[in-house]
Amino acid sequence: MDNKKLYALAAVLILTALAVFSYKILVLKYPLQPQAQTDVWSIEARLRFDAKGKSVKLNMMLPQSGRAHTVVDEQFVSSGYGMNTRKAKDSDNRKVFWSVRRAKGEQVLYYQARVRPAALSKGAQTSEPPPLTENTFTEAQNVAAQTLLSEIRSRSADSETFTVELLKRLNEHYTGVESSEDAVVLLGKRPDLSRKLDVAVQMLALAKLPARIANGIRLQQLARSVNIRQWLEVYYLDQWHAYDPVTAVPKIPEDYLTWWWGNDAFVKLRGGENISSRISVKLNKETAFSGIVERGADRSIVTKFSLMALPVETQVIYHVMLPIPIAVLLLVVLRNVVGIKTFGTFMPVLIALAFRETQLLWGVFMFCFIVAMGLISRFYLDRLKLLLVARLAAIFIIVVLLMAVISILSHKLGLHRGLSIALFPMVILTMTIEHMTIVWEERGAGQALQQAAGSLLVAVLAYPLLSLEFFQNFLFIYTELLLVVLAITLLLGRYTGYRLTELWRFKVLARGVN
Amino acid sequence: MFALAKQLSHLGVLGINRRNADFVLPYNDRRLYLLADDKLQSKQLALRAGIAVPALYATIEIQRQIRDLSTILAPFPEFVVKPAQGSGGDGIIVVTGRKKAHYRKANGELMTEHEMQHHISNILGGIYSLGGKPDKALIEYLVKFDPVFKDIAYQGVPDIRVIIFLGVPVMAMVRLPTRQSDGKANLHQGAIGAGIDIATGLTNFAVQGNKNVSEHPDTENTVIGIQVPYWDEILNIASNCYELTGMGYQGMDIILDQEKGPLMLELNVRPGLNIQIANRAGLLPRLNLVKENRDALNSTESRVSFAKMHFCSKSFL
Repeated sequence: MDNKKLYALAAVLILTALAVFSYKILVLKYPLQPQAQTDVWSIEARLRFDAKGKSVKLNMMLPQSGRAHTVVDEQFVSSGYGMNTRKAKDSDNRKVFWSVRRAKGEQVLYYQARVRPAALSKGAQTSEPPPLTENTFTEAQNVAAQTLLSEIRSRSADSETFTVELLKRLNEHYTGVESSEDAVVLLGKRPDLSRKLDVAVQMLALAKLPARIANGIRLQQLARSVNIRQWLEVYYLDQWHAYDPVTAVPKIPEDYLTWWWGNDAFVKLRGGENISSRISVKLNKETAFSGIVERGADRSIVTKFSLMALPVETQVIYHVMLPIPIAVLLLVVLRNVVGIKTFGTFMPVLIALAFRETQLLWGVFMFCFIVAMGLISRFYLDRLKLLLVARLAAIFIIVVLLMAVISILSHKLGLHRGLSIALFPMVILTMTIEHMTIVWEERGAGQALQQAAGSLLVAVLAYPLLSLEFFQNFLFIYTELLLVVLAITLLLGRYTGYRLTELWRFKVLARGVN
Repeated sequence: MFALAKQLSHLGVLGINRRNADFVLPYNDRRLYLLADDKLQSKQLALRAGIAVPALYATIEIQRQIRDLSTILAPFPEFVVKPAQGSGGDGIIVVTGRKKAHYRKANGELMTEHEMQHHISNILGGIYSLGGKPDKALIEYLVKFDPVFKDIAYQGVPDIRVIIFLGVPVMAMVRLPTRQSDGKANLHQGAIGAGIDIATGLTNFAVQGNKNVSEHPDTENTVIGIQVPYWDEILNIASNCYELTGMGYQGMDIILDQEKGPLMLELNVRPGLNIQIANRAGLLPRLNLVKENRDALNSTESRVSFAKMHFCSKSFL
């Protein structure tokens, strides 16, 4: 036979796969190690208040994507409330507006989102400089401000050192140094942080530097209630620069998530009282793969026309589906090269798929139990001389009943696993039972058990391939590698060597000659 | 393990993968499979070509006919029931007589009318056919097997399997039922396979399972050196089979009737490989020899004499 065409085809398939694969890794910088993890935080804001029995309107600030983080998967849990999110007209703030016609008693609303590190550069570039903040100083404060500014100006070289110096001056009373009179005029006797920031913003405006107050939270490992922190952002060199208002350091830690800007309140409520809000944060590790998927960070045509572009629900199905070819390849090897006998051609792979739902050990136990019970009832049904289709249907019904019994019993025993059987494919079990009885009757119990054991063995070997997250993620990102699987399968289709079991079968021939 | 593989390969032992990839697939047109798989069709084909087959008494094709089963079977004191598309002897029932309302099976067991109906209903439902396709049940003449095998067969009917490549009978064996095989001529179930020397028609080796045997375990008579009667006729039928079906690589099962001589029982697209154990010889050298000489082998006579010349047991052992 001429195998050249086959080899050529296999070579083309493998080369194509490797070309796309290396393009993804070398050019698009896809991660190769699925264990490489990124941090993902789940954040939740909980609002609680008492409604007065009238219409209720409230709005809440929403966190911002940008700087170092991206906010994804936002969810609003607010049954009965009308809800919409909007970007503010005069700022970059985003808000959610909730409203309800009539509400009484305790009300609890939730906002949930996930935050992952952004692939974007530090700050969003704005084309034109933002407007300066309006001056609300009194005459006296203006004079004090001007005095302070000229002092600061003389000690600074650029916008950064200017801002640092300004913050230092406003913070003097912290450091034990006697506050200058000018500072007291501006800040008042015991200024809090937001007052200080307010003054800083206005003074920077006098110095022709746009500035704003940023409100945000610190992303932590796990915190049931996090405080809202404030810092200063100053605009120069076409970018916003963040400053820690207390230490006057011209940067803030990476794990600060900006929520909103300005002095507006976090929540505003009308038609209720006693409002309290709580923000909680939890860190989850996530494989880098799903990271690429959600971010869709690169806009390469390869990514656009990949499975990653599909809706998430469809992606989930492909996560299950893509490892199946590898399991099928394993089946080809085990049947054609090793020579294991199985029921049906692809039955073992289907059984392995069923194990995904139940986990391996429990699945094997379940499989053996149901098949054994099914066999017993099948042998009994045989005595009743039923027609083939009706008998199959009867076994089917018995299988369903057996599964129900297992679920109820295991639930009563407190075994949670038993409930997962509901998804165990019944058709596969029924066909296995029927197939096994025929082999049992025609070829004897030995053959039947041998084939059943073979099927189970292949299923157990295929199971890790189907259930390992590594394979799922890897093939999802590098789907082209299935072409390699196809090529190997094609080549195996022309494998004409002995099967391992044949060596044993024909051993007597080799011995006979010696 | 690799040494064993190498040794087998040196002996020219044919494995399943190679049989399928190098012989079944290239030489057997897929459309012809149906012909071999359906015993009714192969029987009709053989009749047209003048090859003797066991007479067909009746065909049962629909469940409705089962009600009239006793009327259909009434004229025949003994008969064989078999699925048209069965494989490996599955689903075959041999009825050797009657006792009141019961059928007597070859092993002496009795079977009620009801059980017979159920069995045939199963056949129609496709329980024995490949892929569970609906099937037909054939009622056939029960072969009165030739007394030559009387002493070396337990209950059932021995049959002769010939592997035919491009019309040349390359290897043959006789399958002898044992108590272990429940009277069936099926090697998997424990029947004896005795290799036949193509040149002479004498049995030369025998195996049960993978064990060498020289005597029948139930009758204790020797199974070696038995002359298969009608041997030349069997070789001719086998050789003709190539033109009959058009399949390059096939197995043919022949049964010897006391009065009617060799009757063709069925054809096989993927004949089993245990015949190599029974003959203590690999198929591959014989197949390759035929392939090399295929141009010269264009008539039944040339093919049979080619086989007789080259495939005697001495030439390969």
